[in-house]
Amino acid sequence: MPDDRRKERLDRGIRVRTESVYALSSVREIAYLAAPRALLIGGFLLLPLVVSPESYWGRVSLSVCILALLAMSFDFLASYVGLVCLGGAFLYGVGAYSTAVLNVYVGLPVFLSIPIATVAGAAVCTALIRPCLPLRGIYFAIVTLMYPLLMARIIEAADVLGGTEGLRGVDGFGSSWIEAYGLIAAMLLFLFGMRRYAAENAGLVIRAVGDDDQAVKAAGIDVVAVRTRAVFIAALPACFAGAWYTHMYSGTGISAFAMDLSIMPIAAAVIGGLGTIAGGVLGSLVLVPASELLRDFGSLRIVAYALLLTAFVVLRSEGLLSWAARRYHQFERWVQA
Amino acid sequence: MDIVVYGTIQSFALLLMAFGFSLVYGVSRLPNFAHGAIYVFTGYIAWVLAQEMGLPYPVAVVGALVASALLGVLIYQVVLRRVRGMETSEMIATYAIGLAILESLRWAGLRGTTHALPVFSEGVVTVLGVPVDHQRVVVVGMGVVVIAATWAFTSFTRTGLALRGVAQDERAAMMLGIDSDRMATVAVALGSALAGLGAVILLPLGNVVVEEGYKVLIYAIAVCVVGGLGSWPGTILAAFVLGFSQYATVAYGKPHYQMVVMLLAIIVTLVLRPSGLFGQHKQLEERV
Repeated sequence: MPDDRRKERLDRGIRVRTESVYALSSVREIAYLAAPRALLIGGFLLLPLVVSPESYWGRVSLSVCILALLAMSFDFLASYVGLVCLGGAFLYGVGAYSTAVLNVYVGLPVFLSIPIATVAGAAVCTALIRPCLPLRGIYFAIVTLMYPLLMARIIEAADVLGGTEGLRGVDGFGSSWIEAYGLIAAMLLFLFGMRRYAAENAGLVIRAVGDDDQAVKAAGIDVVAVRTRAVFIAALPACFAGAWYTHMYSGTGISAFAMDLSIMPIAAAVIGGLGTIAGGVLGSLVLVPASELLRDFGSLRIVAYALLLTAFVVLRSEGLLSWAARRYHQFERWVQA
Repeated sequence: MDIVVYGTIQSFALLLMAFGFSLVYGVSRLPNFAHGAIYVFTGYIAWVLAQEMGLPYPVAVVGALVASALLGVLIYQVVLRRVRGMETSEMIATYAIGLAILESLRWAGLRGTTHALPVFSEGVVTVLGVPVDHQRVVVVGMGVVVIAATWAFTSFTRTGLALRGVAQDERAAMMLGIDSDRMATVAVALGSALAGLGAVILLPLGNVVVEEGYKVLIYAIAVCVVGGLGSWPGTILAAFVLGFSQYATVAYGKPHYQMVVMLLAIIVTLVLRPSGLFGQHKQLEERV
């Protein structure tokens, strides 16, 4: 009778009680822990060697990294701080325009304009978002949803920063290898950096604000300051992605604030698994190639992402990575109930 | 005189765009990011019923309003009910549904000037020495009707009172035997129908295009944030504040700067009065 049996899940022996404490006693066990990370890092580092960065699929693989950076930014805010950013395109667009301005108007070289645009862009975003941070999360969602739409229209209407034409003539990288490896290295750095940050004490406070802001406030910690810091940190990878992409394609325009750039990172993060940061990378690896294959369908692509996203939110909210991690770390067996 | 007349018209237009959003958020704390999509959807259905199927226009309008209310019920029952209480999922879900509707309409060919709804009646009247066409008079008239009807509905009918009960305190309302899930369904249906009503009245002034959906969503959100999320009197007042400042921008500045006015209004409100013009009694609840 299948009715009086149930499925039991057991952690593998080397996991010691908590989330990330392991007792390792052999090379095999070290390999077991290191394998998924090694696969990710090695896979991305080998990617430009397998598909040339100049080829079509090479460009696509760089889009994966760009989207992964945006998805990490969304995931960090949504799962750790409890702030749902519906306008990732805003952070991306500010980064893109910052670097274009620094490079074209000020004349800074690529390797100065990108880092400065990343930090300054993140600061600008944080300053613009700051007014809604003392309020509940819904205000953050609303305001971030509006910003990219407004920015596009303001640039269009006021005809500043190149208006509808966009800013052209931004310097390229000179070598497609620098372009590819710089982006991949930065993505891996942001990925592991953000995961580490979330595990440190500072990250603990940030996650506590996401769980129960009243309790954090009662503990005498300034909730708004913590949220501001979190928004700044999350804006960094998104601004960096915008800046890098602008230099890859020698220019930017209003399309940097387009809707796809808001919905795709959310879809990637949710499909990959919220609360893991790395889930966004996995989600991008699935979504970007799929979206290339669907290129002919035009705006139906966005419909497909949106429906897929809704389905995942409602039916499979844990996402692919959390599911895979559970299968990897746990035994399953049937036991008599 | 221009600014009084056209400012008033613009204010009522904003009110018609925003009222549905405010109603849904006020009752069920659901931010309905699909609001703009439902608005355009209703316009499209009205167009299909009237132009493609050749129904008389009033029938087409009623049909479109019923369709938009049904769409609201469908969205709530199929998707939102399952993620109720999980804020992140609620927001992502309504946002994704809205995008799906708008972008599939774009794919269906909703751009340019191909889709236009007829006005209710042609002609121009003179108000306070300013010529105004009939449709804009209808905008103001329907705005007043919507306010009055909502007030009567929430003051004198059982369902309306139950809606207000849920809005004030969901748990207490449940203890008194009000089914909060049913009320939320009613609220989403009503909110969608109100979005639809706004669409059939306002869209004849322009074309049925997808961009309208994003614009309406921005305007609705701006009005609601300035007025205080979920506060109905706040929504009305904010519609007037923003309507007049928008018209003033068009009249004395450049029409392009309307969006900048919206952005500034939101930022200034959030900095000076974070819970909106009328949100004072909710300060504690709305703040962290």
